[in-house]
Amino acid sequence: MRLIALTAILAHWRRKPGQLVTLLLGLALATALWSAVQAINAEARASYDRASGTLGGSGFETITDPAGPIPIDTFIALRRAGWLVSPVLEGRILVGDTRVLITGLELLTAPPGAFPVSPIGGEDFNALDLITPPGLGFASPQTVARLAGSREIPRLRNNALIPDGQIITDIGTAERLLDREGEITRLTLLPDQPRRIPPLSEIAPQLRVNAAEESGDVGRLTDSFHLNLTAFGLLSFVVGLFIVHGAIGLAFEQRRSTFRTLRALGLPVRDLMLMLLAELLIIALFAGAAGILIGYLIAGALLPDVASTLRGLYGARVPGTLSFDPVWALYGLAIAVVGALFAAGQGLWQIRTMPLLASAQSRAWATASSTSLRLQSLSAIVLIVLGLLMPVLLEGLIAGFAMLAGMLIGSALLLPVLLSAVLSVGAKFASGIQSQWFWADTRQQLPGLSLALMALLLALAANIGVSTMVGSFRLTFTGWLDQRLASELYVSVGDAAESERFQAWIEGKADAVLPTITVEAQIEGAPGEIDGVIDQETYRASWPLLTAQQNVWDRVAAGETALINEQLSRREDLQPGDTVNVGADWQLEVGGVYSDYGNPRGQAIVSLALLEQRFPDEPRLNFAIRSDNAAALASAMRDDFGLDPANIIDQASIKEFSLNVFERTFTITGALNVLTLSVAGFAILTALLTLASLRLPQLAPAWALGITRQRLSRLELLRSVALAALTFVLAVPVGLALAWALLAIVNVEAFGWQLPMHIFPMQWLWLFVLAVVAAALAAFIPARRLAATAPADFLKVFSNER
Amino acid sequence: MLITARDVRKRYSSSDGDVTVLNGVSLDLDHGETLALTGESGSGKSTLLHLLAALDAPDAGEITLQDTKLSDLSDTGRAEQRRQTVGLVFQQFNLIPALDVYANLTFQARLADKLQSEWVTELTDRLGLTDLLHRYPEQLSGGQQQRVAIGRAMASKPPVLMADEPTGNLDEATAETVINLLLELIEETGAGLLMVTHSTKLASRLSRRVHLSNGKLA
Repeated sequence: MRLIALTAILAHWRRKPGQLVTLLLGLALATALWSAVQAINAEARASYDRASGTLGGSGFETITDPAGPIPIDTFIALRRAGWLVSPVLEGRILVGDTRVLITGLELLTAPPGAFPVSPIGGEDFNALDLITPPGLGFASPQTVARLAGSREIPRLRNNALIPDGQIITDIGTAERLLDREGEITRLTLLPDQPRRIPPLSEIAPQLRVNAAEESGDVGRLTDSFHLNLTAFGLLSFVVGLFIVHGAIGLAFEQRRSTFRTLRALGLPVRDLMLMLLAELLIIALFAGAAGILIGYLIAGALLPDVASTLRGLYGARVPGTLSFDPVWALYGLAIAVVGALFAAGQGLWQIRTMPLLASAQSRAWATASSTSLRLQSLSAIVLIVLGLLMPVLLEGLIAGFAMLAGMLIGSALLLPVLLSAVLSVGAKFASGIQSQWFWADTRQQLPGLSLALMALLLALAANIGVSTMVGSFRLTFTGWLDQRLASELYVSVGDAAESERFQAWIEGKADAVLPTITVEAQIEGAPGEIDGVIDQETYRASWPLLTAQQNVWDRVAAGETALINEQLSRREDLQPGDTVNVGADWQLEVGGVYSDYGNPRGQAIVSLALLEQRFPDEPRLNFAIRSDNAAALASAMRDDFGLDPANIIDQASIKEFSLNVFERTFTITGALNVLTLSVAGFAILTALLTLASLRLPQLAPAWALGITRQRLSRLELLRSVALAALTFVLAVPVGLALAWALLAIVNVEAFGWQLPMHIFPMQWLWLFVLAVVAAALAAFIPARRLAATAPADFLKVFSNER
Repeated sequence: MLITARDVRKRYSSSDGDVTVLNGVSLDLDHGETLALTGESGSGKSTLLHLLAALDAPDAGEITLQDTKLSDLSDTGRAEQRRQTVGLVFQQFNLIPALDVYANLTFQARLADKLQSEWVTELTDRLGLTDLLHRYPEQLSGGQQQRVAIGRAMASKPPVLMADEPTGNLDEATAETVINLLLELIEETGAGLLMVTHSTKLASRLSRRVHLSNGKLA
């Protein structure tokens, strides 16, 4: 009995192979996009774990002194009291024309893994080489290659996991290189501290313990990026599940009479459910396997761009190649099964509770009662309100994404209700009977199409939201670059002597020469930098100040106040008028806040004179040059002064480089946007194809009464386009709300800066055309089929002997 | 003559090979004439009605509807002919579910641009649909739906009405009411009627009766 029953159930797929393909493809696509994002995230996280979690010891809690470096006596006092801490000295030096971050660790006390004992691409090191002159350091292969031949630095070994431009070495070597003997930037707090040690407040009350997350490690910075990717992956998965839900729902509905007959013949409902679950499991495993394969290919194609993004935005190093992880594959299969069960839940429940004598209504799956529509509207409103409340109830990125989820799902649920209302108004105001029928009939098709349209709304809203965010970012970033890079040339020199010579040489040759000094500092207890600038019209006219006191540049020039970047302002809640700690015993009033996109660290700007007073040994190594004839001046610098061409950078090159980094940063977002929109287009196609088989009885009377097949076919095409257009109109406000949430909440949490929102109607127009074309293409096959339907097929609808 | 059919033939392809449904049928229907078309199940009654109503084209033979040779018409021409000339009533009612009773009732008349408000008001009144005008087909009983279907067919006052088992889905009492109304309206408008039916009782109420057997008129 069971075998015969199973054969009867499965026979459906032999008769409807297209439906099976739709189901498999929908589930495979959903799994693929989700799995691709998971693979990328897993690969990147594995790299962070290998690199930033251990190397340099930055994956641990740290102790810092908000006032500046920690005296060596404090470190000794802590060790004697039983505290397991290890000193770290960090600072930047200029080696030739390369700025290098030196991280000095103490071999004996450093946490396990802080030193690269098994460097990738190199051999293990000898501890003696590390602590005896000239010392030994570890750096990325690129940094090693760039610094080759330099006498100022220790011997270097390759380690691919160390960020470009950083050298990890012994603290003694770091002291010598940085010329900061006896200084400690921070203490690494080892896990498993002894139980009975005196509290920190007794030994060194001025010190502050920072959680591992607060020490600026790459994992925290990139978390936001990965959360973004996960959100997109989840969105694609949900969009894919809309297809699966539709396909499974239809397959169940078309077999209702079979199920009823089987049950009437004595098959227990439990056995029927088990058979359907087994069928679902087999389909999910096949689709999941295909999805994993597609996901792996997508991830492999996107990973180089993601790696480039992470390198450009955060300096995080992720290999551009993907390794296969069986756990990831199993996870992908599991998500396919869970997704299929989730999508089939409603259908399974309906079959389980279906009365034995219920009549099989072929359109029952696609009709929605006004009660369920009311319930749907209520759920939608509750979700939207909850989403809007999230930033008040929760904190951080989770609040931002919870808000986005509430808004998106709520809007999707509200879509059929709103469309129904719009179509109803359309029908009311239609003049001719054909247009009246068109509106009313379109409204009647809504329940069958609503899942696909909801998927389209999600994809369009995400597209509008993300493109508005990226566009706003691009516009602001370009404007910001123009302000920050107002000078025509940027020049660096090797040492103090060359600096003196250069300043003497350039005098009278340029419109203005703007020397700057940059020093590493503990700003509010975290590593940061202080820039010293002169009082010059270029800064007054162009510097991108977000907020400032009156006459701020006069006060900066007088050494009374400092400008800080937005990240520092937001992190420490500092506003003009507040005081900022910029080092040991050095507090300054905040005079203004400026935007500083792409810089994860805190930064302060003070007058050059003031900085030189504090750091008399710091030479002026960097100069911004204003000139109407930059090309000739750059040429003279090379030919007459003898400056290394690599030390002269023109404004256009920096801008091009910066914009290049920016564009690559959002490549992955763009790719996922297109993929999600494609899945939504596919959802419409499958919905229209499945509806087409049910449409004939509805269209036959209109045809019999005198509307030609060609006209009906054109109306079907128009219907799809009209619904896509209406969905687009509703997607615009949702997309703009999404963009606002991304810019005002998610971005601030993720990057530490807020961006002004700009709108781009031309992009909407382009997206509108895309959505309409996608809908027309999706409707084209069923419409063409309708135009070619033989009269005999229409007549079967009326035939008594059917 | 309203309809003339000469040596009409129609075959259908099936998995068992070609099936000849109509094998040289000739038939006439005059203005004001009511004709019952009877026959066994599968004898081709509905197929003949579909051909005469310009819903389908014969494989051979000639059909003239109101002096227009249907074989000369394109798909668009046949649709135009249906709109202007033929009123159709089906066994399954086949109302348009998305439209309310009034829109269903006036659908064909408006398509044909022949809407006469007074006539529609009179029709709805006589068919007992005045209180149901804003209801949807799914909210109506079978009898009510068939009255709407008759109203739809008669709203444009077509020269010919073709009905395919119009009472097949109705109980006896309702069927009687519906047929009375239909015949009454036919008589008033002077339209011709071709009705496919199994019922000899119903057939006897029409002015003429032809029987179809094995694809030929007996």
